[in-house]
Amino acid sequence: MDLKLKIWRQKNAAAKGKIVDYDISEVSSDMSFLEMLDVLNRELTEKGDEPVSFDHDCREGICGSCSLQINGRPHGPDGGTTTCQLHMRKFKDGDSIVIEPFRAKAFPIVKDLIIDRSAFDRVQHAGAFISVNTSGNTQDANATPINKGDADHAFDAASCIGCGACVAACKNASAMLFVSAKVSQYALLPQGQVEREKRVTDMVSQMDEEGFGACTNTGACEAECPKGISITNIARMNREFIGSNLKS
Amino acid sequence: MSFISSSIGRKVAMSLSALFLISFLLLHVAINLLSVVSAEMYNEASHFMGTNPIVQFVMQPILILGVLFHFIMGFVLEFQNKSARPVKYEMKNDQGNSSWLSRNMIYSGLVILAFLGLHFYDFWLPEIQYKYIEFQAPDEHRYFAELVHKFENPTRVGFYAVSFILLMMHLLHGFQSAFQSLGVNNKFTPGIKKTAWAFSVVVPLAFVFIALFHHFNH
Repeated sequence: MDLKLKIWRQKNAAAKGKIVDYDISEVSSDMSFLEMLDVLNRELTEKGDEPVSFDHDCREGICGSCSLQINGRPHGPDGGTTTCQLHMRKFKDGDSIVIEPFRAKAFPIVKDLIIDRSAFDRVQHAGAFISVNTSGNTQDANATPINKGDADHAFDAASCIGCGACVAACKNASAMLFVSAKVSQYALLPQGQVEREKRVTDMVSQMDEEGFGACTNTGACEAECPKGISITNIARMNREFIGSNLKS
Repeated sequence: MSFISSSIGRKVAMSLSALFLISFLLLHVAINLLSVVSAEMYNEASHFMGTNPIVQFVMQPILILGVLFHFIMGFVLEFQNKSARPVKYEMKNDQGNSSWLSRNMIYSGLVILAFLGLHFYDFWLPEIQYKYIEFQAPDEHRYFAELVHKFENPTRVGFYAVSFILLMMHLLHGFQSAFQSLGVNNKFTPGIKKTAWAFSVVVPLAFVFIALFHHFNH
């Protein structure tokens, strides 16, 4: 198929970016979206032009690095997939595809389609951990019985890959779905109880400091999340945060 | 970071003020519906609300503060949220992931704010003038006549109707959303959503019905 690509090009963080049009032909419907960009980059390189910079790593929906805004939606038109899992059979011959980086004050653009998502790392450093005695007599995690429902919910929350689609989709560039998933995966488990109250206040504080917006419950984050993280996690984080503040 | 300066704290405060205003709406529509049933009953209820010192000097100031807080915090959050994405997308397809109502609360809220300005001008300011500036003697029979007089003007009735439709749209997202912000998302959530939907539709339509009823019947 022949496609018209409209891709955000930006030399560096300080430069002013713009949409540049590219025509690409003979795209196979069996290609993944990233393979289509690989083909475009090969053509650009052969012509002596600067290839389009974009993030990618595992290309199997696990690492969360291939985050692109495709035709106005994070990770493209398919639900429950990352960009690397999107295939060209979802497009038609002659389609025009707009490709942009995720946009948020907390996710500054590094180059072209690559953004700096270290804000997520700093939020996690603020509290997404547990303290365990590692002196040699650490208790086996499986020795602690955990309610099946709690284990399932914690596991669901832990499936968040930190891709940032929730921020990209939210009209407020809010990171509440990501932060609430991280808060939930620990708050639901016995191992996460020691730092439970401090964790939520520290992570929310860091989230606000990074410049993410507040949640207005549109549900866009849940709809666009490639891992199906539920906004019930946001409600849980709100409860945790209210409870933590009432106790302190 | 203090609770009220945090993003979650502000949403909690918005939700609590919203639920307070929603409870006031219920009281307001109940009293107004009396005007459709009986002028006498409406006058009696209005006279009580207009002269009872607890209503006048405790509940009324709390209500005004609640309204002001909800609007000011709404604007503060909107500004904060807008600044979280300084560069807009070239293309954003929000229809695929969220409702128009949920994305445009600020606009429905602004129409409601304009309506409240008219409502204060129509009913609250004349009441203050009657009682505290002109010091007129209490008249427990004046309320129904004043209500009917206000709804003689078709333009005013039309603006009231449009405003209440916008209130309905605001409530359709805001009512159930308040519970999510307060951390309530559990087995009761489907029931809460249905109740909130029914309230959000019935109460604004009841206000519209009252305005139309008096416009066409008097």
